[in-house]
Amino acid sequence: MTDIGTPIDWAPGFIANTTPKIVSGRFEFEDSFTIERAMATGAYNGLKAALAKTPAAVHDEVRGATVLGRGGAGFPAGVKWGFMPPDKWPRYLVVNGDESEPGTYKDRLLMERDPHQLIEGCLIACYATGLSQCFLYVRGEMPLAHERIAVALNDAYEARLVGKNILGSNFSVDIVLHWGAGAYVVGEETALIESLEGNRGMPRLKPPFFPAAVGLYGQPTIVNNIETLANLPWILSNGAQAYAEIGSESSPGTRLVAVSGHVKRPGVYEIVNGLTTFRDLIYGDQYCKGIRDDNELKAFVPGGGSAPWFTPEQLDVPFEGREASAEGSMLGSGAVIVMDETTDIPTAALSLTKFYAHESCGKCVPCREGGTWLEKILTRVVKGQGSPRDLELLLEVGATICPGDFPHASSSRLGLEAQPFPYKMTTICFVGPSAFAPIHSALTLFPEEFEAKLTRRDTIPLMSMPVADATGTDESVGAVS
Amino acid sequence: MRFFTSENQRLATEIIGRYPKARSATIPLLHLAQEQHGWISDDAMIEVGRLVDATPAEVKGTATFYEMFKFAPVGKYLINICGTMSCQLLGADHLMHHAETKLGVVAGGTTEDGLFTLEHAECQAACTEAPTLQVNYRHQYRVTTESFDQLVDDLAAGNLDGEIPPHGTLGRVRQAIPADKSVGAVPPTEVDGPPVWLAVEGAS
Repeated sequence: MTDIGTPIDWAPGFIANTTPKIVSGRFEFEDSFTIERAMATGAYNGLKAALAKTPAAVHDEVRGATVLGRGGAGFPAGVKWGFMPPDKWPRYLVVNGDESEPGTYKDRLLMERDPHQLIEGCLIACYATGLSQCFLYVRGEMPLAHERIAVALNDAYEARLVGKNILGSNFSVDIVLHWGAGAYVVGEETALIESLEGNRGMPRLKPPFFPAAVGLYGQPTIVNNIETLANLPWILSNGAQAYAEIGSESSPGTRLVAVSGHVKRPGVYEIVNGLTTFRDLIYGDQYCKGIRDDNELKAFVPGGGSAPWFTPEQLDVPFEGREASAEGSMLGSGAVIVMDETTDIPTAALSLTKFYAHESCGKCVPCREGGTWLEKILTRVVKGQGSPRDLELLLEVGATICPGDFPHASSSRLGLEAQPFPYKMTTICFVGPSAFAPIHSALTLFPEEFEAKLTRRDTIPLMSMPVADATGTDESVGAVS
Repeated sequence: MRFFTSENQRLATEIIGRYPKARSATIPLLHLAQEQHGWISDDAMIEVGRLVDATPAEVKGTATFYEMFKFAPVGKYLINICGTMSCQLLGADHLMHHAETKLGVVAGGTTEDGLFTLEHAECQAACTEAPTLQVNYRHQYRVTTESFDQLVDDLAAGNLDGEIPPHGTLGRVRQAIPADKSVGAVPPTEVDGPPVWLAVEGAS
């Protein structure tokens, strides 16, 4: 056995805790991304176990483990694989590494710190379902991930782990590392395929709903998230049964969750799926250790920027899809953003709405026009230039993107019952509704903060303006003579 | 006179060969052009179109969709300051204001010496390390006004040349698929049955 070196207890964005490690097991090593470290710690054992079985048996194993897709929609990977028509060839694998959902930081970590685990996951998926080529689409703004994956792939080709006759078998597949170029909407699977075909990354009209039927070049295509695929080596090495024993019945295994914002110890944590609650995560000693300065928690985003917000009343909700939906939100891409009592709620909502308005691809009118109007109206409210009519207008514009009841959490303070997830939408993809979600949550759960912005000067944030005087020292506005 | 240098022409041919359809190489080739030239010129788009069998207008249509492609010269260092929620909650607005003051440009502008371009950016997938910025897409974590000043000074002095290549260069390492170990890309129309390991073992 090769020397496994000195473990590190902290890496940027990752803090060790004591729960089982399915995807982050190798993170503790400083050189976790090298082929030497990977081989010394069991990499490609899952692939070897897969190759010892028939492809159908591997597919059954993955289906039996119920790996819920980690990109946001939470659809079981094994079921998704089964949607491909049985007699249409070739089939492709497109790996979605375009992570850019606000608050989400896990796929980049998996790519940068354990590229071999990802490559192994891709190979298992290709073997199980007869995918003849794999395209690893990595967000352009992640050059370190590109470099690490490029080195890992070059090493893996050299070691005959990728390419022709893998490990001496008749299984052959190429993995092509593909560069993105900066567009959030490309994370939507049909937009990802458009982008990979060399086009503007706009989502395709649906139906067909799944690229498994009509995908890349019109062929059956599986689009899986990085974290979803990173689970496969462990499942093949340890079995679906062992996977199901971790986590809850409906949400087995573990998942990576990034907690950011006003907590004492922000980080990316691998948590037990389905059972861990938001209270554990935000206040638990092995996780975030509570709110900064021991402040009060005001609200939190439970599943990435697109998710309706929760308040302290929902702290005991576990990371389980149906329970989160019943409470009026979703778990999305595993990203919790925490706001403490000092947070200016309308400004925080604006930072998200700006994001989605900016990232609209422009294909659907309600999103292209609506997102921009939501940003404009909210901007003037935040600047203290709004009118009471603007608050109604925000909801009216939102209703053109999402007609009908929009999900929200319950609030005993305001006498509100929860409105369950999901919503109706007039757009092809979720970018449009996501521009409205933060505004709807903020307005529904904290109406008084918006009203105060209309009348009270002291609620308008003043940017302190450092002004250099003749001697070159910086002073704040107010001292200008 | 071809747009690409002979080395990049060789790389371009290799990249195109990895895809079942040449058109899929559009974005990687635009990156290659930006790496060579610093930004995307009309000549670059015409040449990429010729290589992937698309019209210059089609290439421009694709290129203009993506934020990383620049159509005019930018500074040697592109500084992107994240302003999305996790960073906003921890002072991104203040950091941007400080950066504008320090560099003497508003977001979107380039300093007179051509060294720095400052931009607003959206979520950089480093939310737990907020506030963040990227220099030529290399992350800087938990940035303060002091560490920003230090960073700018270091960049100007060339102290970080080893870590941060000039704008346009993304990965300093490329994937290289050895011909003897590669399966090779086949146009989808030339495949009419399951791959050999499935044909033998039985489809799932």
